Amino acid sequence: MTSNQTGHRKKLLLLCTLVTLAMAGLMGRLGYLMLYRSAHYSQLAEDLHQRERTIKAARGRILDANGTVIADNRTVCTISVIYNQVKNREQVIEALCRELEMEEEPVRRKVEKRSSREIIRTNVDKETGDRVRSLHLEGVKVDEDYKRFYPYDTLASRVVGFTGGDNQGIIGLEVVYESWLKGINGTILTMTDAAGVEIENTFEDRMEPVAGNDLQISLDVNIQQYAQQAAYETMERKGARRVSVIVMNPKNGEILAMVNVPEFNLNEPFKLNQEEPAGITASGKQELLNQMWRNPSINDTYEPGSTFKIITAAAGLEAGVVSLNDRFSCPGFRIVEDRKIRCHKVGGHGGETFLQGAMNSCNPVFIDVGQRLGVDAYYRYFEQFGLKEKTGIDLPGEAATIMHRKENMGMVELATVSFGQSFQITPIQLVTTAASIVNGGNRVTPHFAVRAVSADKSRVHRFEWPVKEHIVSEQTSATMRQILECVVAEGSGKKAAVAGFRIGGKTATSEKLPRSLKKYISSFVGFAPADDPQVIALITIDEPQGIYYGGTIAAPVIADIFQNILPYMGIWPQTEETGNNG
Amino acid sequence: MAKKKKPRRFYDYSLLIAVIFLTAFGLVMIYSASSYTAQLKFNNAAYFMNRQLMIALAGLAAALVISRLDYHWYARFAVFAYLLSYVLMIAVSLVGEKINGKRRWLGVGPVKFQPTEFVKVALIVLLATLISQLGVKINNWRAMGLVAGLTLPIAGIVAANNLSSGIIIVGIAFVMLFVACKKNWPFFLCAAMGGLAVVTAGPLAFFLEKIKLLKPYQLSRIHVWLDPEAYPRDGGYQVLQGLYAIGSGGLVGKGLGESIQKMGFVPEAQNDMIFSIICEELGLFGAVSVILIFLFMIYRFMLIAGNAPDLLGALLVVGVLGHIAIQVILNIAVVTNTIPNTGITLPFISYGGTSVLFLMMEMGMVLSVSGQIRLEK
Repeated sequence: MTSNQTGHRKKLLLLCTLVTLAMAGLMGRLGYLMLYRSAHYSQLAEDLHQRERTIKAARGRILDANGTVIADNRTVCTISVIYNQVKNREQVIEALCRELEMEEEPVRRKVEKRSSREIIRTNVDKETGDRVRSLHLEGVKVDEDYKRFYPYDTLASRVVGFTGGDNQGIIGLEVVYESWLKGINGTILTMTDAAGVEIENTFEDRMEPVAGNDLQISLDVNIQQYAQQAAYETMERKGARRVSVIVMNPKNGEILAMVNVPEFNLNEPFKLNQEEPAGITASGKQELLNQMWRNPSINDTYEPGSTFKIITAAAGLEAGVVSLNDRFSCPGFRIVEDRKIRCHKVGGHGGETFLQGAMNSCNPVFIDVGQRLGVDAYYRYFEQFGLKEKTGIDLPGEAATIMHRKENMGMVELATVSFGQSFQITPIQLVTTAASIVNGGNRVTPHFAVRAVSADKSRVHRFEWPVKEHIVSEQTSATMRQILECVVAEGSGKKAAVAGFRIGGKTATSEKLPRSLKKYISSFVGFAPADDPQVIALITIDEPQGIYYGGTIAAPVIADIFQNILPYMGIWPQTEETGNNG
Repeated sequence: MAKKKKPRRFYDYSLLIAVIFLTAFGLVMIYSASSYTAQLKFNNAAYFMNRQLMIALAGLAAALVISRLDYHWYARFAVFAYLLSYVLMIAVSLVGEKINGKRRWLGVGPVKFQPTEFVKVALIVLLATLISQLGVKINNWRAMGLVAGLTLPIAGIVAANNLSSGIIIVGIAFVMLFVACKKNWPFFLCAAMGGLAVVTAGPLAFFLEKIKLLKPYQLSRIHVWLDPEAYPRDGGYQVLQGLYAIGSGGLVGKGLGESIQKMGFVPEAQNDMIFSIICEELGLFGAVSVILIFLFMIYRFMLIAGNAPDLLGALLVVGVLGHIAIQVILNIAVVTNTIPNTGITLPFISYGGTSVLFLMMEMGMVLSVSGQIRLEK
């Protein structure tokens, strides 16, 4: 028995040794898991416990030249349900349908969907959001968010642009300056239990959102509003399809106004600005919306017509192939190769100097200037003036110039180009080139953005815009100012004259293609003061009814705008200056 | 000391204190692990702890009573208890209360208990009695076959709806036989085969599934075990959550009560997976301490068994030793994903009334054996 006992003790010791070894092995395993693999599992656990909630950054505002807010943020609510936390599904469905005025079916589908979080509706106004919150429905979350709000509704709609449901810019400055405006969303990291309920009193990691930069632009609400009013009046009076007005500072390319009427309401960008055609399909409506959102001053090209004679004249003067007193004769047409190209005055202007030809907007005169330059030189100036390239304006979708290839350009093409036909440019291209010719010869970049200011005002970024100097000499520029002043003072643009101001400008009446339709674009580009241009404006009237001559219908609109905005800009009429001083 | 005429007898107070300490520690951990979910479910953070506390106190009282009894006396009921365990197991299979699709609970009026826990005790007593009566004959193949023949049927019935308890029962018999028997090699052969099966589990399971011995769901369990992170949704969830808890504990843990994994991530954190919460809150330090306390208990069992006045006493203690050692090792092995997941509680610490009650009674048995040790011969 004793020997047996000893045997048992041995086996017992062996057993306990094995048990100890097993436990030591487990301790080793624990050490591996808790020290060596600790970081791995901690990270996984943290990912599991932390819920990241986004705090939306406020989008930067858009301010006009005077600091008036033209794009702002308004608080709206996002309403969502958290499946695990909903206690009474029927009550939640009923209440949400009632408060949000939604159909039951989509709400029910979302409430009953097993997901961590289901968004019922975004962009709910704050009142409704507050009302839903006050119901204290379990599992229903009301999160506040920002929505873009445009206090002036339609003001410069295609320029400012709008944002989509995710607060991201869709057209206009809103999309071009997206990265400046949008800011950086913040996050709240909270610890949650397995049901996704936030655990109170745990460490909360919070990253504050950084609001976007305010964008200050050169557009002036007052000028814009005045120009818009004038454009609407013109459109209605002339029964035109569209009227566009661009007002720019010719010295630096800052755009003070860009009107394209009819405008649309930026707060309702998905609503057509015209009667919705009956029975329109969804894609049909989208097509109409896309049309509505287009900025014709930038996205569309047209034959500039006689306003382009500014370029031909500048090129001729710069090349020295013509001077103010060169004499021309206009029999009412000019034969170039085998073509007979008519002047707008059927009987012809007879004998005239170059200056008079410009004042008369006489086609044969400019055909002659073009022919004197020849294709090579003309083309060179065309390129030198920057007409082949886009202007580089800070709006999306700028259309490129549609121009003959140099090798395809014969004398006939050269003749038509000389007075602004057979090629197409955008209105912004025309006004920018004209501005560059009269401002002393510096090709400016048209733009809106002036500066971006961080929300706390601590950082200011000034936008720089390229200037290409000496596209024409200062002397040519001065001569051009003189010619164009004469055009307004005594020539075809005399309806643009404003008492007391020296105004320069050029009219145009372009036939729309195909010419057989007899539809026109009447335009006028004018600048003031003529000796030292501080503002340049272009009006284009698309398909006016009745009288369509630019000098008759477009010039007076610019006169009207100048009469009002020049004093506003601190440019006083010279004759009244002394009188008013007393 | 008390009466000089009586011989001085040993009473293992250090074991008693270790048991009380572990139980108290278990109560603290049950509170910590379950308070969050108990508050949500029962609106009473201490719900699980209170229940465990009452049963633990009753169990301790029972243990102290049993420790004063002569184990030779209650060993007489061994056959009766063995037969009773059949009755209980058959009863539970037929009329047991179904929880989570398994009939494991037997209700008698307001009292509910898991008969498998009773089976373990009954088997320990039966085998101790049988082997001690067989004496040296236990080394015969026939005697060993008898032991196996008594163990396997009841273990089979238990395993039918509680595989892990069946394994523990077989394990207890294995350990008792191992100590009683002179032979070594059959046991090591069994252990080696088991070890080999574990090491080659992946390919082996694949092979067994191919020859239709293993069901696809069992194969997937093996896959989950081998790479729980690849199956975070199905099957791997519990294990993975346990690993998250263990891994985020680090050296000294997050501090008592600071576990996040207990907040519904680790399912029923107060039960089988409580060790993972210990790891998360008390770190490697706390986890190793708990294992060391268990090792200390096993050391005391070894001393008592080695000094027991007779083979019956020694084998009773060996049975209890085997029971506790197997459960501790398997529980921690499951929690650390060392072996495939199977539900095994951590003795004295996991929540479970029946378990703690019968464990306490086993402690009473061990203490009663220790009480028979004469210090002076």
